[in-house]
Parts: sequence; structure tokens; C-alpha cells
Amino acid sequence: MTKANPATSKGDSYFKWLTAICSLITPLLMAGIFLELVAHSLPSIKKFGVGFLISQNWNPVTEQFGGASSIYGTIVSTLIAMVIAVPLAIAIALFLVELARPGVSKVVSTMIELLAAIPSIIYGMWGMFVFGPFMAKHVQPLLQGVLGFLPLFQGPPMGLGMLTAGIILAFMILPFICAITRDVFQLVPHVVKESAYGMGATTWEVTRKVTIPYGLVGIIGALFLGLGRALGETMAVTFVIGNAHNIAASLFAPGNSIASTLANEFTEATDPVYISSLMELGLVLFIITYLVQVGAQFMLRKLYKSWSVGL
Amino acid sequence: MKPRPPTGRRAVDLMVRGWSVVSALLGIAVLIWILSGVIVRGVGALNLSFFAQLPTPPGMPGGGLANAILGTLAMTVAATLMSVPIGLLSGIYLAEFGQDSRVADNSRFSANVLMGMPSIIIGVFAYTLVVLPLGHFSGYAGALALAILMIPVVTRTTEDMLRLVPNTLRESALALGAPRWKVTLTVVFRAAKGGLITGILLAVARVSGETAPLLFTALNSPYWFKSLSGPTPNLTVTIFNYAMSPYEDWQRMAWGASLVITAGVLAFTLLARLVVRERKL
Repeated sequence: MTKANPATSKGDSYFKWLTAICSLITPLLMAGIFLELVAHSLPSIKKFGVGFLISQNWNPVTEQFGGASSIYGTIVSTLIAMVIAVPLAIAIALFLVELARPGVSKVVSTMIELLAAIPSIIYGMWGMFVFGPFMAKHVQPLLQGVLGFLPLFQGPPMGLGMLTAGIILAFMILPFICAITRDVFQLVPHVVKESAYGMGATTWEVTRKVTIPYGLVGIIGALFLGLGRALGETMAVTFVIGNAHNIAASLFAPGNSIASTLANEFTEATDPVYISSLMELGLVLFIITYLVQVGAQFMLRKLYKSWSVGL
Repeated sequence: MKPRPPTGRRAVDLMVRGWSVVSALLGIAVLIWILSGVIVRGVGALNLSFFAQLPTPPGMPGGGLANAILGTLAMTVAATLMSVPIGLLSGIYLAEFGQDSRVADNSRFSANVLMGMPSIIIGVFAYTLVVLPLGHFSGYAGALALAILMIPVVTRTTEDMLRLVPNTLRESALALGAPRWKVTLTVVFRAAKGGLITGILLAVARVSGETAPLLFTALNSPYWFKSLSGPTPNLTVTIFNYAMSPYEDWQRMAWGASLVITAGVLAFTLLARLVVRERKL
């Protein structure tokens, strides 16, 4: 091999460095976001300590801030979303891969993916003006009628609140979970599935005993991705959750989430401690989402590794 | 002789099949419900003045959101100009140079995590970076927040698309004596053109409907859009403000703006899919 022309190799090394520097921007941004959030939450961390995480006293007038209701709301709305979205998403993936004809599967798949393309604020508008009233008129009275003895479904059916937020979140994260689960189902080798079918297993038995165990890490990764999305969704939740610093047993009651508190109060906050407390809420959200995302990446990476080696 | 499967197993299977068809229909129904809701309520608000005039105070007839449309376009274009070169170059590094090295691995990992970060957190970051030091809200801060959201999307699609280009193509160009950068920018890029355009279109589609990162960066403004250096009018924050207001004509305007944003975002998304489909044929 002859040596390259020095002029060319110089150009090449500049080019390589330029691209390398650009690829460092994302890690730097991640670090930068974390450090900025920590720096700006310090006053609040110093003033309220751990109490910030467990106190639900949020009072800008007396400058007492505790983020418990926001953290609680984030977790509860996400849980509702996951409980609804996961069975739906896996069932749709099953439909797309095993049941539908290729043409039908393509069209349905595109439509489900379009659910992810609709902006968050549109879900918010729809949730507040269309779905909320629908919940108040039809769904909530029904739930109250059947399950009204549970504290979860008590209180006036206003249409807006934790349950509505959770349901809308479910439809927002459904396409993310569904897309990856579909890919995972598709990647399972036909031979493996066909051997199960050959032994007389039904579609559901093949899915439950062959496909799902085979791609389990991938599906867990998909669940984590959906979870991460739901935790930080802002606008849709802000429109429908009711925006009250309030922890209630009833899912009909208004609440708030970290993201909705930030969206509602950030521009109004003038006092340094107020801003710092909001920053600390942001930091909490950052840390939770970061851990969930790392979990998702870990699972998905394991999946791709096991498949590139195993096949 | 045909063995008859036990009816119990069959019934369970039938139930699961039924459930999965119902789920798919439910997903489609929600999509149609949202889209039809936006169209039905939005069409009435759209007329010539919606696209040509400034907003009016509640109660006054007429008026439009021309300023917000311009502001949204300007911020999206600025964010695209900031993020696309960075995204393309870092995608090149990941696919062509870094590959499986630790640096590349870290960068890829952060891009994936950053893609899943709540956009409101990115908004807070842009606020601390631009708004706090300047002391006032600014369209540049909004554009920066949008650019940060776009970079990982462009980076990851660029890498994936470049990796699809067969190595033989690179080798033949290199064998002719072309330097690596020229091979990448002319040969490999041309081969991956459709995919790269798709990545950029998807990134634009993703951020043009974003609201949360603009709430406390660009804020909003009822005046004509002049430059990005002050509070910048934009459609999405306008939707938020108008929808939360008690005035019916403002809420109607919010629906009009929702229709415009939804149509724009879906058009970009579908366009991106078409580009890929054409490449495959």
C-alpha cells in the first residue's frame, strides 16, 4: 500500500476532527443540562433539603415550596398511562405482525405511527374541549356507577383530572411502545415460530411462549421508552390534569405533574426561591427520565447484541 | 385423522385475536377522533385575515395570527440551520470514523437519551443559558431549545442512513484516490440522500409542533415579528394562551392555529415517509 498524498491526509484529519467535535456536542449538552439544573436548584435544595420531596406545601406567598404533589402526579398519571397503553400496544403489535394481511398491516401501522406525530398541544386541545367533556358525560358516571365504592372513583365527574390525563398519555405513548414491540415480533426468526405452530400451538400460545420470551428484553426496552415519554409529557397533561397542588385519592380529582407545574408557573415566578424550587422540580424530572432512558438503552442494546451474535 | 384442538385453548386464542383487532381499531378511532375534531373546529376560524392580520383583543371581530405563523417559521428555520450541520457531521463521525469506539458509543448513547428527554427540560436549559443572562425572553432562546431537540434526531438518522451505504462504494471511490472527506460528502452522501432528507424532515416535523420548550424562552407576542432578539410570536404558545382564556373567539382562533400546526406537522411527516418509499423503488 502506498502512502497517501500528504495534502489529502491533512484534509482528512481536519475533517475527522471536525466531525468528532460535533459528535461530542450531545454528551456535552447532557452534562450541561444536568449541571445547569443543579446550579440553579441549589438555593432551594439548601433551604428545603429533603423535605422538598415529601412536603406538599406549595405556597408562593409564604415562599414555602414542596414538590410532593407534582412528583406524585407525575408518577400516578404515568402509571395510569402504562396500565392502559401496554396491553393495547402489545395487542396492536400482535395484530400487525401475526394477524393482518401485509397491505392492511402497513396502513394500520402508518396510522398508529401518526398518533406519535400529532403534537402534544393538539392532544391538549382535544383533551380539554373534546375528550374531557366526553369523560364527564359518559365514562366517569359509568365508572362511578360500577366501581363507585372505591375511593379511586369518587368525587364529582368534572372530566378533567388525573384519570383523563393518564388516558390521553396512554394514547400518546402507545405508538412508541407499539413500534418497537412490532419490530421485536418481526425479528423473531420464522423457523422458531413455525416450529411452534407445527406442534399445533395457537397464535396466542406462540406469542406468549415463543415470541414474547424471545424478544423480552426488547419489549422491556420499549416499555421503558414509553415510560420515559409519559413522565415528561407537558402540554397535553397541562391542559387536562386540572392544575391543583393537591394529592387526592380519587382519580377524578384535579392534580398536577412536574411538567405541568413548570409549564404553568415558570413565567410567573419572579422570586429567586420560587424559580429555584421550579428548577429543583426540573432536576427531579431530569433524574427520573435519565434513569428510565438509561434502562431503555441498556435493554435495547442487549437485545441487538444478543441477536447479532445469536443468529 | 385430524386432532381437534381443545376448545378452551381455542377460545383463549380467539379472545386474544379479538382483543388485538379491537385494540388496533381503537388506536385508529382515536387518531380519526382527534383529527376530525381539529378539522371540524379549526376550519371555521380559517380565512384570509387569519393568515394576514395581527391578533385582535377579545370581542373584536376579525384579526389573525399572521405574526405567530411568521415567528414559528422563523424559529423553526433558525433551529434547522443550527442543528442540521451539527447533526450531519456528528452522524458522519459515528458512521464513518468513530464506529464502535468508546467516544462514538458515548455520543450515540447520549443522543438516544437526549432524544427521550422531556422537551420542557430543554426549555428550562435554554432559559438558564440565554434568557437569564440576557434578562429578557428571546426568540433565539426558543430556536436554541428547538435546535437541541433536533440535533440527536438528525445525528441518529444520519448515522443509520450512512451505515446502509455499501462499503464497496466507499472503497471504489477511495481506490480512485479521492480523500475520505470527499468520498463522504460526495459519494456516500449522494447514495444516502433520501434517508438524510427524511431524517431532517422528521426532526423539523417533531419540533414545529413543540410548545413546552418555547413557553419561557420565546414566550409570545401580539405584535409583528421583527427579529428573534425579543419575545417572539408563535403559534403553539398562542394556542396554549388562547385555549386557556375564557373568550370564545380566542378559543376559536386556537382551534384555527391547531389545524394549521397539525396540517403542517402531518404534511412533513408524510413527506418524510414518501421520500423513503421513493428511495426503495
